[in-house]
Amino acid sequence: MAENKKVVVPIGPYHPLLEEPEFFELYCDGEEVVDVEWIAGYNHRGIEKLSESKHWDQVTFLVERICGICSTSHPIAYCNAVEDLLGIEIPERAKYIRSIIGELERLHSHLLWVGLAGHFLGYNTVFMWAWKYREGILDMFEMITGNRNHYAMLMIGGVRRDIEDEDIPILQNTLSEVKGKIQMLTEAILDDPVLSARLKGIGTLTKEDIKNYGAVGPVARASGVDIDVRKDDPYAAYNLVDWKVITANNGDVFDKAVVRLLECFESIKIIEQCLSAIKGKKGEIRKEVREIPEGEGIGRHEAPRGEVFHYVRSDGNTSSPVRHKIRAPSYVNIPTFKASCIGETISDVCIILAGVDPCYCCTERISVYDKEKKKKIYTFEELVKKSIEKTEKIKKEIGKEGKLWKKLF
Amino acid sequence: MSVLYSFSYFIFSFVVLSIIGLFVSWIDRKITARIQWRVGPPWYQNFVDIIKLSGKEILISENSNKFMFIFSPILAVTSSTICGSILFLVLRKNLGFGGDLILFVYLLTIPSLSIILGGSSSGNVLASVGISRELKLLLSYELPFICGIIIPAIKANSTTSLIEIVKFQEINGSNILSLSGVIGFIVILISSIGKLGVVPFDLAEAETEIAGGALIEYSGILLGFYKLARAILFFVIPSFIVILYLGGTPLNNFLGILIFIIKYFIILILITLIRNTNPRLRIDQALKFFWGWLTLIGIMGILFVLTGM
Repeated sequence: MAENKKVVVPIGPYHPLLEEPEFFELYCDGEEVVDVEWIAGYNHRGIEKLSESKHWDQVTFLVERICGICSTSHPIAYCNAVEDLLGIEIPERAKYIRSIIGELERLHSHLLWVGLAGHFLGYNTVFMWAWKYREGILDMFEMITGNRNHYAMLMIGGVRRDIEDEDIPILQNTLSEVKGKIQMLTEAILDDPVLSARLKGIGTLTKEDIKNYGAVGPVARASGVDIDVRKDDPYAAYNLVDWKVITANNGDVFDKAVVRLLECFESIKIIEQCLSAIKGKKGEIRKEVREIPEGEGIGRHEAPRGEVFHYVRSDGNTSSPVRHKIRAPSYVNIPTFKASCIGETISDVCIILAGVDPCYCCTERISVYDKEKKKKIYTFEELVKKSIEKTEKIKKEIGKEGKLWKKLF
Repeated sequence: MSVLYSFSYFIFSFVVLSIIGLFVSWIDRKITARIQWRVGPPWYQNFVDIIKLSGKEILISENSNKFMFIFSPILAVTSSTICGSILFLVLRKNLGFGGDLILFVYLLTIPSLSIILGGSSSGNVLASVGISRELKLLLSYELPFICGIIIPAIKANSTTSLIEIVKFQEINGSNILSLSGVIGFIVILISSIGKLGVVPFDLAEAETEIAGGALIEYSGILLGFYKLARAILFFVIPSFIVILYLGGTPLNNFLGILIFIIKYFIILILITLIRNTNPRLRIDQALKFFWGWLTLIGIMGILFVLTGM
């Protein structure tokens, strides 16, 4: 294979295409890309390990820092996991508020992607317009939570802040304004002949590819696989409101854009229903949680990029999780480049790589380097082996297998 | 004496063209900003950019061919300045010589060629991708561009002198007022966007794909020279189109100059609007577009002008 690999065109570690440090090596034959390698691990922060030294309540805010864009997805999944461990049901009002926050985040994240995709294509007008429209949503966030980002709304057993009744008409107004703007943007993008020529038929992922790579979220839905945690395993208020899963059939970059843009309208529909459901009513917004018993729990949330998964285990004695496992959607979405990029041109590969809406800070895994020799010490296989060994050791230490282990194996 | 005169004329036109070019580039940037709901830079932004670049360190990579690396940006700026000074001669002094149209076309390819030279001497992988694109683009837009030039040349009784074309339009009205003129105007406008290297034909630089392409290794005043050459072309190419298609007003009084400026801005705004409402094309799409549709339309225009339409 090595001798066939032609010129290496680097994308990263610092490249205007991607905002985060990661490295794609494109092996090119002229403009055509014949192979792609991906090197990550520039920015591993060890959040799983860190959360084992924090209090249960603090972890909610720690996991918010995993990603700046989908910053409420991780807390929702984490709280779902802890509530699964506790076996409690949260109050209905808290469910609605969680859904509102989750969907607002989807809106702003999708608009952010649309803008960035425009920028990557050299279409800076779309970039600026989409981000301008996103401002309205950030203002709504500021109104509800006090922050434009890192909302700190979630806590175990409910939410931290209530949405005031007098705010709701303003929120509804802003939402309908934003809806009109997104409608305009969607029409402009979907009817643009040059964008269609540029995006249709590139980076196609078939249903088979989606299954092989286990891709999730809009990437999977663009290929006609209608997986969505909100429908498949409802949490928060998603089974209390009326909405549908958006899918497309072709699986190319254009369809990914279509799915994301149309999902915005579903999100607006959900938020509108949630707002009118809590309007004029009073209710509890959280359930008191005193202590976390021994046990384990899993929580999932449909983040803007797909399913995010959290696993927590408590030993009942300490005030922090003994194990906290996180899997972000980009971890399964990014590797699809093997199926979608090879055979395309450099220009197309750039937008295909961005088409899965990659979030590298969620995805980063540990890599161990020798500073003097500038060489990797552990290969991927060795790290996996070490991980399995550690799991076996922990199982022995605990002396018994948890309920989830029994369920899974 | 005459050598000294020519040299001082060159320096004079370099300074004037730089000021005009940087100013019109600012107008382009400002319109772009307003379209995108931004405030945009102040009027002196491009000037301070160049001043800042001239104070920066010039980094030359070890793999590069040092002479070509330094020589190419100077070549770019020189050739675009000569283009501009020919235009000045034609516009202000009604001077010219037979065949200056052909010289002009040659000189306009030199900035692109110098980008190719500079990029290939820098020894960077991304630059090599950039120059391969620039080369393909140069080959592709040159054909419709020449179609667009031939049409007014045939109209003005098959001349190769710019001044003849100007005089022809003074007597018979602007070239754009006929069918072949409209076709030629559209063809030359679009292919000149390719020549200017802005979106949708900025493939050679394509910041988000190949991080600046051919210019990736350039820094300091050498990069500044390329920016200057680009800025001067931003004045020269639209003015060239004005001369070829929208002429007809003598420039010997204030009104004539004002009308020329208005015509120039119409073309500048058209280019700015096109670049803000389109994404970047792929290289194969750009080639197909230039060699397919645009050349066909251009040849149609030539046929029309030959039949007198």
